[in-house]
Amino acid sequence: MGSDTINITLKVWRQKNAADKGRFETIAVNDVDSHMSFLEMLDTANEKLILAGKDPIAFDNDCREGICGTCGCVVDGIPHGPNKAMTLCQLHMRKFADGDVIAVEPWRARAFKVLKDLMVDRGPLDKIIQAGGYVSVNTGSAPDANAIPIPMEVAEKAMDAAACIGCGACVATCPNASAMLFVSAKVSQLALLPQGKPEAAQRALSMVATMDALGFGNCTNHKACEAVCPKEVSIVNIARLNREFIKAGVTSEAEVDLPLALVPAAEKSAKPRAASPEAPKPAKPVAQSTSGGMVLTGSIYILTFLFVLGFIWQSLASFL
Amino acid sequence: MQLDSKIPAGALEDKWDKYRFKAKLVNPANKRKYNLIVVGTGLAGGAAAATLAELGYHVKAFCIQDSPRRAHSIAAQGGINAAKNYPNDGDSIWRLFYDTVKGGDFRAREANVYRLAQVSNNIIDQCAAQGVPFAREYGGMLSNRSFGGAQVSRTFYARGQTGQQLLLGAYSALSRQVGAGTVEMFARRELVDIVIVDGRTRGIIVRNLVTGEMERYAADAVLLATGGYGTVFYLSTNADSCNVGAAFKAYKRGALFANPCFTQIHPTCIPQGGDYQAKLTLMSESLRNDGRIWVPKDPADTRAPRDIPEDARSYYLEEKYPSFGNLVPRDVASRNAKEQCDAGLGVGPTGYAVYLDFADAIKRDGRDVIARKYGNLFDMYQNITDDDPYETPMMIYPASHYTMGGLWVDYELQTTIPGLFALGEANFSDHGANRLGASALMQGLADGYFVIPYTIGPFLADHGVSPVGVDHPAFETCAREAAERDRKLLAIEGRRTVRDLHRALGKVMVDEVGMARNAGGLNKAIGAIQELREEFWQNVKVGGEADNFNLALQKAGRLADYLEFAEVMALDALTRDESCGCHLREEHQTAEHEAKRNDEDFCHVALWEYAGFGNAPGFHKEPLVFENVELSQRSYK
Ligand SMILES: Cc1cc2nc3c(=O)[nH]c(=O)nc-3n(C[C@H](O)[C@H](O)[C@H](O)COP(=O)(O)OP(=O)(O)OC[C@H]3O[C@@H](n4cnc5c(N)ncnc54)[C@H](O)[C@@H]3O)c2cc1C
Ligand code: SF4
Ligand code: FES
Repeated sequence: MGSDTINITLKVWRQKNAADKGRFETIAVNDVDSHMSFLEMLDTANEKLILAGKDPIAFDNDCREGICGTCGCVVDGIPHGPNKAMTLCQLHMRKFADGDVIAVEPWRARAFKVLKDLMVDRGPLDKIIQAGGYVSVNTGSAPDANAIPIPMEVAEKAMDAAACIGCGACVATCPNASAMLFVSAKVSQLALLPQGKPEAAQRALSMVATMDALGFGNCTNHKACEAVCPKEVSIVNIARLNREFIKAGVTSEAEVDLPLALVPAAEKSAKPRAASPEAPKPAKPVAQSTSGGMVLTGSIYILTFLFVLGFIWQSLASFL
Repeated sequence: MQLDSKIPAGALEDKWDKYRFKAKLVNPANKRKYNLIVVGTGLAGGAAAATLAELGYHVKAFCIQDSPRRAHSIAAQGGINAAKNYPNDGDSIWRLFYDTVKGGDFRAREANVYRLAQVSNNIIDQCAAQGVPFAREYGGMLSNRSFGGAQVSRTFYARGQTGQQLLLGAYSALSRQVGAGTVEMFARRELVDIVIVDGRTRGIIVRNLVTGEMERYAADAVLLATGGYGTVFYLSTNADSCNVGAAFKAYKRGALFANPCFTQIHPTCIPQGGDYQAKLTLMSESLRNDGRIWVPKDPADTRAPRDIPEDARSYYLEEKYPSFGNLVPRDVASRNAKEQCDAGLGVGPTGYAVYLDFADAIKRDGRDVIARKYGNLFDMYQNITDDDPYETPMMIYPASHYTMGGLWVDYELQTTIPGLFALGEANFSDHGANRLGASALMQGLADGYFVIPYTIGPFLADHGVSPVGVDHPAFETCAREAAERDRKLLAIEGRRTVRDLHRALGKVMVDEVGMARNAGGLNKAIGAIQELREEFWQNVKVGGEADNFNLALQKAGRLADYLEFAEVMALDALTRDESCGCHLREEHQTAEHEAKRNDEDFCHVALWEYAGFGNAPGFHKEPLVFENVELSQRSYK
């Protein structure tokens, strides 16, 4: 495991704050140990910037072991960089060669506002969870943990879905900037488990409606999300989500309980994703409903189209 | 100082029941009139905020990260203990209690630990009901494993992601309350001061990390669930944002700090690579169930590990501790690794590593079985080091991992400042001088879900709704002081970065206040820390602006706290002139280099009281009384 030293050039997105337009800046980083992680390389670059009296590059990170979901930016066009099934903090410089020019930019999505440089506001993902990503059980009211047996393979599938770290890479890579993989991971984890079943349909409706309302786009089955997900969350989960959705439609008992402020005024016409990183569109605020009525948005129609496809996935999933 | 630990009278088994029966209750209709602040939304804070809101209180919750789902609890891999005794292998509340007290080397309170063991079972029930996907057996029942040297299988787990799943459970409960409007969540906020008016906690000052603004929040009580201070060692298994700041601000405002020198060094971490390194990655302790630890017998043996024959290897843990072998407690495993490396037997480029070898396990169980158990850990190891642990042994070395010390709290989890409570790793309460594996998650959730919801009641019922608002001059003063400190830090414009100085502090702490300590080294450390503190305030270069996101400024503030706190740690280690648990004073060890306690003089909690910047803190003791267990010398032979 001998190490090399390489020199690289960063083309990195700099943006002072949410109001700033932002631009790419070129920064040479020399003497990079190939055993460094990508974030340690950024640390080293920042040390030099600080000593030179310049503003260091702002980026989010915390655990640095691929589990907290805090880190993440787009490296050479790929969220979390070239390693499959890994977060940015697990990317090491041995993946790069001397002389490489590396483009680094933040997640681009209408629902994620850029706060500074490589940092974005992923608060909307929390809002989606708040709309139903839980089992309604108060502390103290639980039965004995072994009272409800759960077949091992069901628990394992639920765990596969539960592995989502909420990083937002799926949104960043999706041509529609949809959060469907993220939403489906939570919906299927809870729908698979007996504890989550009673609220499953309502949960699916309410989380998808909230996702739409927050300015995320529709799922049109590009599958780009699955390819970049550091936790390999499978699009089989989207099929499971569809099933809950259809069920909800069939029984039609579940009603979407959507906070007024979240209801979009009308179908979104604007393409939700900024087309070019050179000129990212500032995040567009979500319009407020004046009618107050629940508007079925794109995702819901498209989900219905995906219904048949969903069953195919579903039957596939039972073999997996 | 008069300390009242408020331990209820009566038999150990009845204390908690009796307490709950006697405790004053807050009228349900009145609960919503109370404003509570929860700082930190890891397992302890997340569970507390959700549960208190369910009960009807109005809660404001704060965290540093951009979402409560990212607290460092998320990184716990191994599992969570409970006394369910599902495997029918002889576990009980009493045994979990006893193991925890003994594991802590008899430096924790009996009553607290017993309560922890009692509520441990409720935690598992609660988490399963939330949809935490615990590992299961084929029959659908929950699976248990033996962990961290326990001789019963009482550890529940969710693959290697137990902390993540438990935290996401607490986060989902919290999110439900945020959605319902009973919790207001403030992410990307860092506590920078605690506001005390007439001796009572009235609120907090936080920095909005995006705008740099100092924001004020008032409440009837403040709960700190801000985690541990392992990053005082610079390199540790903790996340980047872990800090002592909130607890230290409480200390500066008068709360006593308990046992700061009790820190745990985890034996199985990936060794340091270079100076650039920002953290050390933990390899789950569960690896010691199947991996065998060894070093070459001959320091001059530079052969590749696979080429070193059996008789030229020293499986030193198996040799020294035949009945526990590689499963000895963490402190024993860590110290022995250091001892081997200090004796020149270490391996790897720095000589500070030992082998953790899976060859025998793979031969015995097959690669598939091992891959199923540890696959993700092996992948993680390979990704970081570029070595394949299926083919060549892992290299491991101890690293700072957990801090048993923390804010002193009574049985109600209240600090010495009325209205200020501390939960989870931030308090000192349950683990004594050493924490057993899979017990921190248990404690965090116990405090949050099942203890504080009861124990905060009496304080609120006694004191009524707070009339003090954020326009009180005390808020003004605290906010101004916090902003001034930032301006001062930015104005120094010296030549050393925060990271550089933190690294220097870490070196002092690892060398002198780490796995093995002695009076000479500790005195030296105190001098070195004072010098570094001086250097910091003269020569730090922070960079950036105060009114924008500025990570270096956040870190400068945290390091400033550490540069004061580290001295208290060293002083505590020096004053505790005995060995116990993780605290090994080289002057006090058995012939086999085991920690030798001195129950006569040191069977107490050591407490430190702030006495102003640069002044020696005051010292107090809470005597520990053991009525239910006999103090024995730990032996893992
Ligand atoms: C790598 C690793 C593996 C572990 N594995 C296990 C295991 O298998 N089993 C086990 O039992 N234990 C394990 N532990 C220990 C256990 O995870 C922790 O002790 C426990 O999760 C701490 O929980 P907490 O809620 O007290 O703090 P944390 O989860 O650390 O949460 C702290 C919270 O406080 C906030 N905060 C901190 N400072 C401030 C401030 N100044 N202002 C505002 N907010 C602040 C943070 O944002 C965060 O929300 C492990 C620890 C590590 C590091
Ligand atoms: S589904 Fe995958 S990519 Fe999307 S947020 Fe979860 S972990 Fe990240
Ligand atoms: S920093 Fe936690 S996942 Fe990368």
